[in-house]
Amino acid sequence: MEVLGQQLFNGLTIGSIYSLVALGLTLVYGILHIPNFAHGALYMMGGYITFTMMTVVGVHYWLAIFVSVVVVGLLGVLMERIVFHPLRDAPPIHDKIAAIGVLLFLEALAQWIWGADYQSLPTPYGQVVNLFGLTVTLQRVLIVVAAVLAMILLNLFLKKTFTGASIIAMSQNREGAHLVGINTNKVAMLTFMISGGLAAIAASLSAPINLVFPGMGHLVILKAFVIIILGGMGSIPGAILGGYILGFSESLGATYLSNDYKDIIAFVLLVIILTVKPTGLFARGGH
Amino acid sequence: MSVLLNRRTVVTGLILFAVLFPFVTRNDYVIHIMTLSFIWMIGVYGLNLLAGYTGYLSLAHAGFFAVGAYSLGLLTVEAGVNFWLALILACLFTGILGFLIGMIALRTREHFFAIYTLCVGYIIYLVIYKWDGLTGGVRGLIGIPAPSNIGPISFTSSISQYFLVLFFLLLTIFFIYRIVHSLTGRTFMAIRNSEDLALTLGISTMKNKLVSFVLSTIFAGLAGALYAGFVRFIGPDIGYITITFDLLIYLLIGGIGTMSGPIVGTLLIVWLSQYLQFLQDYRMLVFGPLLAFLIIFYPWGIVGIFQQWKQKRQARKARSIHQEENRKDEVELDAGVSADQEQVREG
Amino acid sequence: MFLQTKGLTKQFGGLVAVNKVDFTVEKGKINAIIGPNGAGKTTFFNLISGFHPPSAGQVIFKGRDITHLPPDQIARLGIARTFQTTHLFEQSTVLDNVIVGHRLRTSSTLWDAIFRTARHQREEKQCRDKALDVLDFVGLTDAADRLVAGLTQEAKKRAAFALALATDPEVVFLDEPAAGVNPDETDGLAELIRKMVERGVTVCLIEHKMQMIMNLADKIMVLNFGEKIAEGTPHEIMNNEDVIRAYLGGNAIA
Repeated sequence: MEVLGQQLFNGLTIGSIYSLVALGLTLVYGILHIPNFAHGALYMMGGYITFTMMTVVGVHYWLAIFVSVVVVGLLGVLMERIVFHPLRDAPPIHDKIAAIGVLLFLEALAQWIWGADYQSLPTPYGQVVNLFGLTVTLQRVLIVVAAVLAMILLNLFLKKTFTGASIIAMSQNREGAHLVGINTNKVAMLTFMISGGLAAIAASLSAPINLVFPGMGHLVILKAFVIIILGGMGSIPGAILGGYILGFSESLGATYLSNDYKDIIAFVLLVIILTVKPTGLFARGGH
Repeated sequence: MSVLLNRRTVVTGLILFAVLFPFVTRNDYVIHIMTLSFIWMIGVYGLNLLAGYTGYLSLAHAGFFAVGAYSLGLLTVEAGVNFWLALILACLFTGILGFLIGMIALRTREHFFAIYTLCVGYIIYLVIYKWDGLTGGVRGLIGIPAPSNIGPISFTSSISQYFLVLFFLLLTIFFIYRIVHSLTGRTFMAIRNSEDLALTLGISTMKNKLVSFVLSTIFAGLAGALYAGFVRFIGPDIGYITITFDLLIYLLIGGIGTMSGPIVGTLLIVWLSQYLQFLQDYRMLVFGPLLAFLIIFYPWGIVGIFQQWKQKRQARKARSIHQEENRKDEVELDAGVSADQEQVREG
Repeated sequence: MFLQTKGLTKQFGGLVAVNKVDFTVEKGKINAIIGPNGAGKTTFFNLISGFHPPSAGQVIFKGRDITHLPPDQIARLGIARTFQTTHLFEQSTVLDNVIVGHRLRTSSTLWDAIFRTARHQREEKQCRDKALDVLDFVGLTDAADRLVAGLTQEAKKRAAFALALATDPEVVFLDEPAAGVNPDETDGLAELIRKMVERGVTVCLIEHKMQMIMNLADKIMVLNFGEKIAEGTPHEIMNNEDVIRAYLGGNAIA
């Protein structure tokens, strides 16, 4: 029972990170129909910037995260402007390749600046606490709380503000949004900004329990793709739910199946989903 | 006619150059790099058939490359199978795996296909990495034998290995050329252009995509098997996504969906990387943006730029001939002919 | 009975796009389907050509139930179609675009391709001849070697017709053949459609250009909100009160 509780809590932590990353990915997909392969690189940049702010500049964890969110958000905007905007009418194979180009560039850049070594991010919240009979580190509690908070804020923004509503409108109907006078360019940039920001939060939160290194985004982004296919490409609740489902299946799988192959769970899940439904679960579509 | 002659001369010249190359350089290191780039080219041609001519971007090709390499490695090292038999079996096995994966993967389209294959590639990598008992895991597989002798010919020297790989490369190009310039190739391209349209033309898209996919994986497997026999040591890294990205860069920079793109791109990048060795792992600082730049401005790579230039020149020539004829005959030009012949990007 | 739909229905979620449509395409005639935007015309085509499985009902072609056949098999039976957007490959020549249209009547395999067998040579020539033949028919012989990208919208439409004809169809479904084409050229396309019928190909088309339809069609069906509200000769349709109401009832003709 103790083990199960511990694993469930682990699942909650990992799931929170996954959800944040998948949210950014699904938002961009919803608006621009781009599977942004470079999203993992944004995540990685987020980890490094927080790391640098803390170790080199020496600011507090939270301030470091804030700077990271802003910088990676702007990086996302830059990416949209320079790469994806010019490709908006190109055949679908093109934006995927361009995204891969960006991914390769950012990883090389990170390696150039920070080196290929694994870095550990110091956290002011390393202490162990007792939560409902479970012994957990405060950082893990923080991950869950901060992630849920971020999701709630995002939800409020999307539902309660005009700008947020225009993002939703555009993801539902691009031409329609354009017709009713929504500045689709601005919305696209904003979406990339949010997407980058979410990736930065996710990376900064998870870095203390994982590590920071140039390839840290690889697995996360792959899993985020699985999640948004699971939850429906472009669906916001789907991304959150999918993130937690994967988080739980992995932490339980690691304990009860095989720790070696826990990373494979996501992909097996995907293979099964797409085998049964090639257009993904909850595909929006039809003419 | 002159164009045909022209092309034939170029091809003959290139083959002649490739044959004479090792005798000219006499530098073992240069020959080694060249042999490696030939191996990559075979993989890139495979990827080109699928991504370039059939329109399906597979991100699993490093995985199939690794499957070919490990099949050969395990068959020769563990099972003691003769190299040549192992080479055939490796291709066969990769093809069968490709068939099984293709059956499922090709039901998906566009983004889903790319993501799906990305994940398949990762699963293959992970299995190789984690299945210690079979593959040796992170330690890799060592002591893969060089190709065994065929009669008096041995494949121990770097020159003989070079020719062996060159032979397979030429065979690959020959196959791909024949396929692309056939009704089957036209069928693939019709699918790339528009799958819906292809269906209404009575083309069984699933069957054709599967043929293209399986062939494509067989070439990737062949490249992997040759790599294993050439380098004699393989680790799980050859199945990692970065290898797929490398293949993709070679293809894109050379020219996706062109016959000569894989050669141009691979040679250029492999040799450029040699000169940029001081960049080492940072070479992607250059190639990453280059990839994005090309796909935005020149989606058909270097070969595409060249073809565009040739087409423009021809169009200009054609137009001036037309104008001359017009002056002579004073015939009214039909509305279309004067229309701008410049290539318009597909929109 | 040539081609017939019986109670053909298609639902997308809760939306009924096509509702219990009974329709007969008459052989050797020009059949037309009109209706306001969103009336389900294109969906109706998609049901017949096998792109969407119908929710209910049947499609019968020359006495054979083809309701659940996949699109490629339907094409092989002799039912061709065009799309609103031509879907041609812009960077390729007109001839290269059209050659593949006859592929379904050939049987060359990968083996034939690699070893350049006699069958492949024969069938390649057969496809090329067919393409030249249909290009001649639609009046694009001179443009055969030009890139599609350099063609006018009208010429692209002709190329799309040629591609459909290259499949040796008995009936062709044309989805808005004159959309985006100026009025003078529309007459030319109408002429071409008549010529197709004279050649023995039955035509069924969707069109918004009323004048063109009324002059061209032998028989018209009107769809509104997925339901058939009228069927008859152009004269009957023009005087049908339901039709007039549907068109004046807020859904202007595009």
